[in-house]
Amino acid sequence: MISQLAIVLFDGFAFGMLLFVLSVGLSVTLGLMNFINLAHGAFGMLGGYVAVTAMRGLGWPFLAALPAAFLAAAGISVLLERTLFRRLYKSGELNQVLFTIGVVFVAAALATYAFGTVQQVIQLPAWLRGSVEVAGLRLGTYRIFIIAVALAITGLLVFGLERTRLGARIRAAVDNQRVAQGLGLDVEKIFAVTFALGSGLAGLGGALAIEIVGLDPSFGFHYLVYVLIVVSVGGLGSVAGSFFGAALLGICDVAGKYFVPEIGSFLIYLLLVAILFVRPLGLFGKR
Amino acid sequence: MTVEAPTLADPHDWLRRRSRWSVFEIAFWVASLLPFFLFQTYLPLASQIAITALFAVSVDLVLGYAGVVTLGHAMFFGLGAYSAGLISKAGWGEPLTGLIIAGLFAGLVGYIASFIIVRVQHLALIMITLGFCLLTYELANSMSWLTGGTDGLQGVETWPILGVFRFDLWGYAAYGYALAALFLGLVLSRRIVHSSFGLSLRGIRENVRRMPAIGSDYRGHLQKIYTISAVMAGCAGALLTQTTDTVSLDTLSFQRSADVVVMLVLGGTGRLYGAVVGTIIFMVARDQLSDMNPQYWYFWIGLLLMVVVLLMPRGILGSLAQLARRRD
Repeated sequence: MISQLAIVLFDGFAFGMLLFVLSVGLSVTLGLMNFINLAHGAFGMLGGYVAVTAMRGLGWPFLAALPAAFLAAAGISVLLERTLFRRLYKSGELNQVLFTIGVVFVAAALATYAFGTVQQVIQLPAWLRGSVEVAGLRLGTYRIFIIAVALAITGLLVFGLERTRLGARIRAAVDNQRVAQGLGLDVEKIFAVTFALGSGLAGLGGALAIEIVGLDPSFGFHYLVYVLIVVSVGGLGSVAGSFFGAALLGICDVAGKYFVPEIGSFLIYLLLVAILFVRPLGLFGKR
Repeated sequence: MTVEAPTLADPHDWLRRRSRWSVFEIAFWVASLLPFFLFQTYLPLASQIAITALFAVSVDLVLGYAGVVTLGHAMFFGLGAYSAGLISKAGWGEPLTGLIIAGLFAGLVGYIASFIIVRVQHLALIMITLGFCLLTYELANSMSWLTGGTDGLQGVETWPILGVFRFDLWGYAAYGYALAALFLGLVLSRRIVHSSFGLSLRGIRENVRRMPAIGSDYRGHLQKIYTISAVMAGCAGALLTQTTDTVSLDTLSFQRSADVVVMLVLGGTGRLYGAVVGTIIFMVARDQLSDMNPQYWYFWIGLLLMVVVLLMPRGILGSLAQLARRRD
């Protein structure tokens, strides 16, 4: 029983870390511009398909496909942001929601056109397959890898936000956009950079997710719900909030499906409504 | 959307003038009778459109008028659909009372939910409405002993309307029934949006912080309109059950919530006929393109959405109205 619990906790945490990589970018960009970007999951899907193409079509190794997924998602997102999304910063949230849902629809259709509706699979390198035994528990190697990557990204993000000049600018813009602008910061440019980084992380998350949850054209929609839960529960513009929100969601989801499979995802939605009822700004939200 | 200021001394007079029936409206309702005579093969589609339009109008009341962005209104549609189906399965297939009970049940749930809805704004609001919808969906899915789960609710039987009009295979009775319900719903909604209550709803949409400052109880207003809208959405769901004699799990799906918002935005939010026109365009287009793979059909919907939001933020009807005004 104890070992079962430990395995569920471990798997849940690994799933949560995957969600963290997928969603942390949206949390920061939402906190910056209040731009509700429902297309964030579509960038994750893009990263996934880039990784699949790179590995299966071009024969790249897995570790080279991951940065490719990051760069492709970052590049295309900043292109879209500069040409289309920026027109919507001043308009209402309904228009933002609808426009970005439109992007998700189009992305899903394009993915179907290019790859069909089948689940994509990739061949992991040998050293990521199988499992290792730690203190009597058999833990999946790939899940350990995901946790390591997510922790490294968290470290980088926290360091980048707390210690670098760009990080200080982003924090200033999140805290008070008007004053930051008044002090001469180019908030639009900061936002474009943040948007690219955040979407790139989503693309990386999409590539990492293929092995765990699969990849098909509905990915953008299906994981959008998870991403939004992480962001709203964690609180906008907070890396720590996204981290804990994602870990909580991942553990609850896996534990719920393992121990009480008959009520399925009911638990996490209940948790979502309950948390937002008590704290409308999320667990770590300030504004 | 700006509301032109009352110029007459008497505000009641102004409200009354705005609520007068226009020629276009009367023409629209006359045209809505055409399917009975001209396109009989399309009667089932026409009744689907009427039902969905009623649902879209209910969403317009909260989203277009009160500015509450909801991505979870299918919850009330589905609740209405399931309660109508369950009443009928329990042995009471009388449609009118079934419709009323289903609507009231959805309204009761809406009233309870409204206490949470008015507490939150922005992203949290969208997420709470979405969360409610997903929650009901999972609930209906897991309570398969009651709802039939993914197989849907079978064995629904609806008696003739008023004991006279039997639901026929062609769909005459179904369309008449749905159209009558849509007409009643629209008359009621017209009355609401052209009242002082409707004006205060628009005030909430335009500036929620200012409403308490001018002494308007905005939370109470929001709760009222949310409940009314839930009743209407529940009735639309019940109509779907009674005209098709089945209930499927997708009445509660996120897809339905998203589709209805898409229809609303196509037609134009904050104008009742925008919901109806948007529904007609969406449903007719989907019917005509139904041989296409649904994935590709959503490509065009997505593109249309992006174009409408960027170029015609007031929707198709709103843009037409603007053009007409510019001509004058």
